[in-house]
Amino acid sequence: MSTQATGQARESDSFDLKSSVLTVPVLKLLDTNIDRIADQLRRKIQAAPDFFHNAPIVIDLSQLEQSNDAVDFPFLVGIMRGLGMQPIGVQGGSATQRESAELMELAVLGRGSTGRGAPAKKETSEKEEQTEHPQESASARKTLLITHPVRSGQRIYASGADLIITSQVSSGAEIFSDGNIHVYGALRGRAMAGIKGDAGCRIFCRNLSAELVSIAGRYKVSEDLAQHHWGESVQIYLQGNKLVVEPI
Amino acid sequence: MLQVDATGENNLARIIVITSGKGGVGKTTTSAALAMGLALRGHRTVVIDFDVGLRNLDLIMGCERRVVYDFINVINEEANLNQALIRDKRCKDLYILPASQTRDKAALSMDGVGKVLEELGRDFDYIVCDSPAGIEHGATMAMYYADDAIVVTNPEVSSVRDSDRMLGILASKSRRAEHNLEPIREFLLLTRYSPERVKKGEMLSVEDVQEILSLDLLGVIPESTAVLDASNKGIPVILSTDSSAGQAYQDMVTRYLGDRVPHRFLEVEKKSLFGRLFGG
Repeated sequence: MSTQATGQARESDSFDLKSSVLTVPVLKLLDTNIDRIADQLRRKIQAAPDFFHNAPIVIDLSQLEQSNDAVDFPFLVGIMRGLGMQPIGVQGGSATQRESAELMELAVLGRGSTGRGAPAKKETSEKEEQTEHPQESASARKTLLITHPVRSGQRIYASGADLIITSQVSSGAEIFSDGNIHVYGALRGRAMAGIKGDAGCRIFCRNLSAELVSIAGRYKVSEDLAQHHWGESVQIYLQGNKLVVEPI
Repeated sequence: MLQVDATGENNLARIIVITSGKGGVGKTTTSAALAMGLALRGHRTVVIDFDVGLRNLDLIMGCERRVVYDFINVINEEANLNQALIRDKRCKDLYILPASQTRDKAALSMDGVGKVLEELGRDFDYIVCDSPAGIEHGATMAMYYADDAIVVTNPEVSSVRDSDRMLGILASKSRRAEHNLEPIREFLLLTRYSPERVKKGEMLSVEDVQEILSLDLLGVIPESTAVLDASNKGIPVILSTDSSAGQAYQDMVTRYLGDRVPHRFLEVEKKSLFGRLFGG
């Protein structure tokens, strides 16, 4: 990896701006089956947990450029962070794929880069996928409020914000948030809070029937969830590395 | 050439799509029943088969031997609407616009469909669109211009999930969604409902399905041999007034038109010996 900018250090400068070449591991995606990727990634890391700890990783999309399949970046980044990796950017891939990577604040590296200057189009190719960007200004976290049911196949991402859903989240639907998630209808789909790594985020729901819940990449699937407080009002948070489901 | 009206607000006709996602749940049966039911109550109604390449509506309506031109011919301006519309022999207010069997769904262009619907809108009160299964082009074309959607669902999990998916698409990919108009009115129709099997726990109950989909229930059509019978004979089942399915479809039309009637056929019927011998 290399950065283009160069600069000359003067006497009183407090830093040097130089380009340097680093070797960075590359995660080359061969398909977009996110569940399988997550599963295989987890097994790979379990074999050598320390090796990838805090390791910067570049996601290579060159194999997916032709198909232009949508990559579930929020989930992928969440999983990688949860496993201790630091995804820093993507290389290759189609314009749409790079655009959705940029939405997750991944750098676009190498050939075909649009650079940081090119604004990421807010409108995604499918209108079904809603990504909302409340102003990234102050420290106060914004909130994205959704009052309609989130149906199977729909995805809602609250970028830099908490997510409040006053209706239901159907099985097969996905909701993501950089912050906390509140669901006041039944939560039957997938909910991922703190997907940029904020381990202090929580999920609150009135009826826990989720397919998957995740905070900062640590997740539980319904098979594990069904044993505790299924169908109840709960909050879910991280205690150390452990996902705790607690009735409220 | 006609001007395509992007908002469609000048259309007087109400456009209703019958959709489901999943195949074989009773979309075409429901389309035929709804169209016939509306027409019998004096509303000028046309029912359009959007299942290009796998057309069935003409069979269910019993007009398959009168098809000359079809929907695609009209879209491609190879025929005009009057040449393609088939008037029902039983009801003067009902017309059928059949699908083409020799083309595929790619022939349904958005402008072409919009143009045909607009032209029909000037003559009819209701336009019933019989959607193909799936969530691909044919299905999205059938729902794009809709004002109302009837989501046909069987009481089983895969059908319910597909319906939920369809509802998501209705909420995001329709003309009304794209132009930020008032959203499509969505209704749930449960078909092939068997109270006996619900009681045995083999089938989801009305309450189960409603809890998952949280939608207005337009009707529950009981599983009935009359449906297959009627299809084979090319008679919309709503005309078999002595069958439970026919009566349930009548109720559905009544509810669609805004009158509240209680749901029937939800409980296990206690059959007499006579009833058991000769069926319902």
